[in-house]
Amino acid sequence: MHNIYVYILVMTVTVYLIRVLPLTLIRKKIRNRFLRSFLYYVPYVTLAVMSFPAMIDATIHPYSGIIAFIIGLIASYKDLGLFKVTVLCCVTVLLMEYLFAMIR
Amino acid sequence: MNRFKTGLKHAIPIGLGYFAVAFSLGIIASNAGIMAFQGFLTSLLVNASAGENAAFIAIKENASYLQMIMIMLVSNIRYVLMSFALSQKIDPKMSIIHRLILGFFLTDEYFALEIAQDGYVDPVYMYGAISFASPCWAIGTALGIIMGNVLPLNIVSALSVALYGMFMAIFVPACKKDRIITLLVLLSFVCSYLFSRFTSLSESYITILLTIAIASFGALIAPREDEDA
Repeated sequence: MHNIYVYILVMTVTVYLIRVLPLTLIRKKIRNRFLRSFLYYVPYVTLAVMSFPAMIDATIHPYSGIIAFIIGLIASYKDLGLFKVTVLCCVTVLLMEYLFAMIR
Repeated sequence: MNRFKTGLKHAIPIGLGYFAVAFSLGIIASNAGIMAFQGFLTSLLVNASAGENAAFIAIKENASYLQMIMIMLVSNIRYVLMSFALSQKIDPKMSIIHRLILGFFLTDEYFALEIAQDGYVDPVYMYGAISFASPCWAIGTALGIIMGNVLPLNIVSALSVALYGMFMAIFVPACKKDRIITLLVLLSFVCSYLFSRFTSLSESYITILLTIAIASFGALIAPREDEDA
């Protein structure tokens, strides 16, 4: 088993270096086109990979997750913003879980 | 003091969003056997939703420390870009102390506030925003760990999707502006589904592997022009 506080230390140092090094040291733009493009696409790909199918595995009934996922996609597409999208997804799942519990 | 208050006010929706998402993150953390204080400390020090999510899963899977470094690099690599962009938005004369603090609190949401300002970033304004939203993040995580196991199952189920709602609110609007991102996101969904169902790879490995593969694919088929944010 690994020590939780060592994990936290490793996370803190790694993430801090990522955030602070460019801000304090490097003033030039990245020249390499492939690297720049790669860095540009990374956040969206990471978030997408982590969202699906994890979201439909997170709920009691997978259908609640699927419907919340679809509603979340639509709400995000309509630029409702972080807070409203988040609340909408949660409320959808809550309602669906009630519904499934009633059907049973 | 006025600029501090303005920042605080602008951070209210961020703080509320942070709280809900951190709560769901706390549920994930408690599933990994993490105590409330440990989760509080992690959120206070790390300030990263996607990164902490991947990290808690890795802890649950008893990942090595080297693997943890890789996971943090991959899930937070976007901050390298933001940090670059932010370096162009701050006064060249700004002291190193301010830079070190703003770097520590560089999140998607704070970055959005910083970019939205006219001219150079005002550190006092940012400290106002940070002083409200960041405690929401840390306290939300701790409460998620404590209460996640006490709440009724359907409420836990509902809260556990908050994190993914926030992720979607970040990557979906980007799809509208860039068709390549749409393509990569759809490809990510398909590959992620296939890998999770038909391989025995852990979730954190799938994230690293697919991110590197699909982002490289994007960089190969559609390299970016020189000017971008």
